[in-house]
Amino acid sequence: MAVVPIPRAEAASAEGLLGNAYSWCHNHNPMRRERGNRDSVPNDGRVEIPDLSPVLLVGASGCGKSTFARRHFKATEILSSDQCRGIVSDDENAQEATGDAFDLLRYIARVRLRNGKKVVVDATNVQESARKEMLQLAWQHHVPAVAIVFLFDEAICHKRNETRPDRQFGPHVVRNQTRDLRRSLGNLFREGFRHVYVFRSPEEVETAQVHITPLWPDFKHISGPFDIIGDIHGCWNELQELLEKLGYRIADLGSRSSDLPELSQIDPSSAIPDPRSIALRPDARWRPQTFYEVSHAENRKLIFLGDFVDRGPNTPEVLKLAMSAVATGAGYCVPGNHDDKLMRKLKGKEVRIAHGLAQSLEQLAEETEEFRQSAASFIDALVSHLVLDEGKLVVAHAGLSEDMQGRASTRVRDFALYGETTGETDEFGLPVRYPWAAEYRGKARVVYGHTPVPQPEWLNRTINIDTGCVFGGKLTALKYPEMELVSVSAHEVYAESKKPFLDQAKTELSAQHDLDDVLDLADVFGKRIVSTRLRGNITIREENASAALEAMSRFAANPKWLVYLPPTMSPTETTTKEGLLEHPQEGFSYFREKNVARVVCEEKHMGSRAVVVVCRDAAVATQRFGVATGETGCIYTRTGRRFFENEAIERALLERVATAIGKAGLWEELSTDWMVLDCELLPWSAKAQELLRKQYAPVGASSVAATRATLSVLQQAAAQIEGLEELLDRTAMRKETAVQFVDSYRRYCWSVSKLEDLKLAPFHILATEGAVHADKDHQWHMHTLAHVCGEDPGVLFATPYKIVETEDRESVQSGIDWWEELTGRGGEGMVMKPFQFIHEGPGGLVQPAVKCRGREYLRIIYGPEYTLPANLQRLRKRGLGVKRSLALREFALGIEGLERFVRREPLRQVHECAFAVLAMESEPVDPRL
Amino acid sequence: MLLTFTTTHQPATDLGFLLHKNPARAQSLDLGFGLAHVVYPEATEQRCTAALILEIDPVGLVRGGSRFDQYVNDRPYAASSFMSVALGRVFGTAMTGRSKERQELADSSIPLEVHLPVLPCRGGEPFLRKLFEPLGYLLEATRLPLDEHFPEWGESSYFDVTLRKTTRLQDLLKHLYVLIPVLDDDKHYWVGKDEIDKLLHKGQDWLETHPEKNEIVRRYLTRQKQLTREALERLTVADDDPDPDAREEKDASLEEAVEKPISLHEQRLQAVTEALKGSGARTILDLGCGEGKLIQMLLKERQFDTIVGMDVSLSVLERAESKLHLDPISPLPLPDLGAGATPIPQDPPARRSPRTQHARDRVRLIHGSLVYRDRRLEGFDAAALIEVIEHLDAPRLIALERNIFEFARPKTVVFTTPNSEYNVLFEGLQLTGDGTPVTGDGSEGAVPFGNLPSRTQRFRHKDHRFEWTRTEFETWANRVAADHGYAVAFAPIGPVDPTHGAPSQMATFSHV
Repeated sequence: MAVVPIPRAEAASAEGLLGNAYSWCHNHNPMRRERGNRDSVPNDGRVEIPDLSPVLLVGASGCGKSTFARRHFKATEILSSDQCRGIVSDDENAQEATGDAFDLLRYIARVRLRNGKKVVVDATNVQESARKEMLQLAWQHHVPAVAIVFLFDEAICHKRNETRPDRQFGPHVVRNQTRDLRRSLGNLFREGFRHVYVFRSPEEVETAQVHITPLWPDFKHISGPFDIIGDIHGCWNELQELLEKLGYRIADLGSRSSDLPELSQIDPSSAIPDPRSIALRPDARWRPQTFYEVSHAENRKLIFLGDFVDRGPNTPEVLKLAMSAVATGAGYCVPGNHDDKLMRKLKGKEVRIAHGLAQSLEQLAEETEEFRQSAASFIDALVSHLVLDEGKLVVAHAGLSEDMQGRASTRVRDFALYGETTGETDEFGLPVRYPWAAEYRGKARVVYGHTPVPQPEWLNRTINIDTGCVFGGKLTALKYPEMELVSVSAHEVYAESKKPFLDQAKTELSAQHDLDDVLDLADVFGKRIVSTRLRGNITIREENASAALEAMSRFAANPKWLVYLPPTMSPTETTTKEGLLEHPQEGFSYFREKNVARVVCEEKHMGSRAVVVVCRDAAVATQRFGVATGETGCIYTRTGRRFFENEAIERALLERVATAIGKAGLWEELSTDWMVLDCELLPWSAKAQELLRKQYAPVGASSVAATRATLSVLQQAAAQIEGLEELLDRTAMRKETAVQFVDSYRRYCWSVSKLEDLKLAPFHILATEGAVHADKDHQWHMHTLAHVCGEDPGVLFATPYKIVETEDRESVQSGIDWWEELTGRGGEGMVMKPFQFIHEGPGGLVQPAVKCRGREYLRIIYGPEYTLPANLQRLRKRGLGVKRSLALREFALGIEGLERFVRREPLRQVHECAFAVLAMESEPVDPRL
Repeated sequence: MLLTFTTTHQPATDLGFLLHKNPARAQSLDLGFGLAHVVYPEATEQRCTAALILEIDPVGLVRGGSRFDQYVNDRPYAASSFMSVALGRVFGTAMTGRSKERQELADSSIPLEVHLPVLPCRGGEPFLRKLFEPLGYLLEATRLPLDEHFPEWGESSYFDVTLRKTTRLQDLLKHLYVLIPVLDDDKHYWVGKDEIDKLLHKGQDWLETHPEKNEIVRRYLTRQKQLTREALERLTVADDDPDPDAREEKDASLEEAVEKPISLHEQRLQAVTEALKGSGARTILDLGCGEGKLIQMLLKERQFDTIVGMDVSLSVLERAESKLHLDPISPLPLPDLGAGATPIPQDPPARRSPRTQHARDRVRLIHGSLVYRDRRLEGFDAAALIEVIEHLDAPRLIALERNIFEFARPKTVVFTTPNSEYNVLFEGLQLTGDGTPVTGDGSEGAVPFGNLPSRTQRFRHKDHRFEWTRTEFETWANRVAADHGYAVAFAPIGPVDPTHGAPSQMATFSHV
């Protein structure tokens, strides 16, 4: 095996693994040109392949590329041009299919690289033009490209081809390929390959060992807890104070400062950690030094977000502390743009002395040259960004968009150090930053600094903790995974900020709430898969999302209030008891079969479902919900529509609810200043006006009049004609059912002219600050709410309930008796729920509630005449399966949305759940269930 | 469902011969959707009444695969096309005017009385009278209360109706056959071309001269335009009046139609089209495109080579699609925000030279919403939002504002919205922008309460969430323009009243 000789660049930098790929990047900073460096490869048959990269096998036909690929790589990683030719044309050797075959190959390569999977391209790749496209893909996906070259005597290849019946081409083919290959061999690095390995004989191929190495920023195995420190800029005193506050012990080693051997010379077997273990570049040439001993009783680790230097009073000590922390494994660092510039200056580069660099140079002049070079090497050894804690945490000085996380290229490094700018400048002459955080959709939390902000704020799982200490702000740490912020104030203003960041008027809404004013269609539209804690992934079909879009856009309340939409509810199984469709017996049996020993039966009110979000005051609505209109909450229907057209009524009712909660002492008891309640709002007629006027009352009026007239005609006729008895009986029965129908709906109607005519019956305390109360049993909910309702019986109504033991015959009978009594006096019926809010039975989640409706109530569902025996018999044929499955999925989505809201996830995460519930409601399910 | 015929022609029991139903027996017929019974509650020499009773199966209605999906339904009780079908099946011979035993009587006019205890009348008593009185009926009609316990719910649309006329029975039957479903304004079955034949046959002797001819035809054919046109053409085919005066009259009315002032909406579309043309835009977004009226107008201008219409309602988009003769609503791909890295590029769309571009190549319809940020809307020269903002709840305007002005950022944006100051000039308060009365309570199911007027009373259209004065609109627009780096100019649309301004107002935003 031979390694192509590489001219080592003098600055041993560049994690720009694609050091030489700049030819693809027209705007590339020419400064980077010198940084193109490659690791030297020991001549021992060791082939190192970065975990994520396109690997090009380069060699003439017959040189053994495919065999090599199969031996060292997974079948799914190998993209073979022959195979692609076969896929598109049925003939692996069809040269006319080459164009299509490469289109396919590129497409797969692109998708795999986007998904973070390596690809091994098994094609001859002997011409530069063929390699160029793969290098471009590598550049687009911020990953290094590898070339493995098979350069043998032509005769070997030719001989191998001769033994294969499908490769009967003349020797000129291999000859031309080999000629092309030799021509480009010297240029592979210039073309942009990060690693080049050349096999010059089949024997070398035989003995090769392939090692997969992680990309440089990959430190997923390191998982805190961390204290992440924002931009320090030489604020040494504040740093010490902050570290102390965080519980670190810092001992000045003074003369005992240690000198350790240069890392690259370290014997890997020795006890001294290798660079990777302290999150440095593997090719780091820094000689670790310790000036301070940094330790924490709970073994927490520090992470410095860069910009240690410039502007502040004591850059050297800050550097020393950071270097010590890294050297001893007490902490990790990523570089900032200021550090990078200082490093280049110290390495003798020409840089403009500005933005506080002068102070650093002045202070460092007091130090030894040896220290200055050590500091420069240290900064140079830092990896642009780190991916930590199984990929859940990313730290980078200026932040990092999702597509660059864990990847390595000059572009990644530039983004991580400098951020991305739009090319415009603001009124202070500062570059306008690209709002990557606002667009961020990644799963990893990104902690960054770089641009001073008055107060750190989470935005889409990202947070900027540079609170401008050097400009007289604060030095801030983020505790991870606790996500707590700890700050110390600047002792003085060390530098003037070009943009007066501390004077920035505190906006009414947080950055997240401001961003949440506009949700993105792509987050709700089309086929969606919503992942829930209770029921795993739930698929929302595209047509259902489409149907929900109009309802959500035209009629729903502000999505900031819609933290929850209630699930649909299935009835009990259909009963065969005479004259009935539903009976509690079936409900109790269902729960008994599902191992639910105890059931809560709640009186079902015939009103309209109402979700009440109530805040203690308007300030809470602004801070917690991001609604700054002066509203103190929202009352909405099960489809997310505002219940009241008239804001004054809503406000008045919310105030009554908030006052009752306050009087009941619940704000304090639950340590919250907002609450989401699941309720029934009565009367039905308050909401169902349209339905009553367009459907129920007309059916009542027409049925009574028609049956009455018919009955009278028949009675007259029957006096003279024989054989009308049956028709007469049926008609008399119909007339009776028509009257009963009118009585049924009238029972749920009353005129509403003042607030007290409304009755709100809450039955779930869904969520309060920091808690979704699905972990409490229903007795707690009913009991706690009864207390609240007791404070204002004028508009609040405590729902009667009864607990039934499903295994106890008497208890079940008492439940049935209660239902009969309720429905006997015209009640709608009852809702039966497992005692626990969430009950997992043997077959999974049990229905969170089933309803059992009374005989008279069902008349307004199934029509006046439904109780006629012939009708009832047919109506009993109804399937509950779809309804029940929907109920479970919607329940899981509802709870998921609340949990996300309580965890303070971005609104789109919460809205996704509410939207999904609304979408599910467009599923065609028998609406009478 | 019930209908009775009574005659006092003597001997009255001859009615049985005319109806071919023996007064002494009850007779039943299965009609599929239920049973029809004929009984005679009264059958004397002086007076004879035949009753047609329909027992409609309410469960069968829903479960039988017909178009009904509600068990709570007035169909079993209110006279409707079910009654017409029953009349045809039960009294088919009588309707042809034949009588085995009493042909002479069948050919004579006799005093007849019809009672319909529950007749739904869309259009109320005036329409009921307009239908029957020109045919010579004496009419008694009493409106049924909707629910006497809740007078505030208003009146029902059902009437207890008695019709009296001395006429041939067959004429009466034909009138009822046609006019009952016309009053109900619905049919329980699918209406196709053969329905025209039925109508023309049953209306042979009277429909052509009926003053409500057009409305009868329209409603009978369930308001299907194509069928209505064809039926009216066939009805008047003999009417090719050779009288030159009559022809002149006809031409004059045509001219009048041409000269009729163009509607406000038309003016609005023209103003917007002019504004878009003036901006030099080539690619246009029509946001809230509805059925595509603006798109149709824009297509006439070669300047616009790409027009994307967006609406939140899929059904409206489908109508637009068929009106514009487009391909099915094309899914412009939304970017996958979750995937992060470089998107997989799509195949480039096949491009044709603008000269050969058909409408379908220039127009695309997409389903979307203005209150969600939509990346498909980026990169256009101009956007038009005609009468759109007032359909959004005012607090949601912020989402629309940012979606358009912060993210999509077309160079030109044109808005129109009603000028609420002008509302006082509309005749009556409860008029829509087009001058037709608002129907329904418009409350969208929200609870009306106390003394506050509902939206219906305040606004031109029941779905309007607000209507702005000129100052309100201009204040909003100026603020939006200032916040997002646009300049804005305003213009009135429609006749300008010195005090109240024009009925509609337009704002044109352009990049500063």
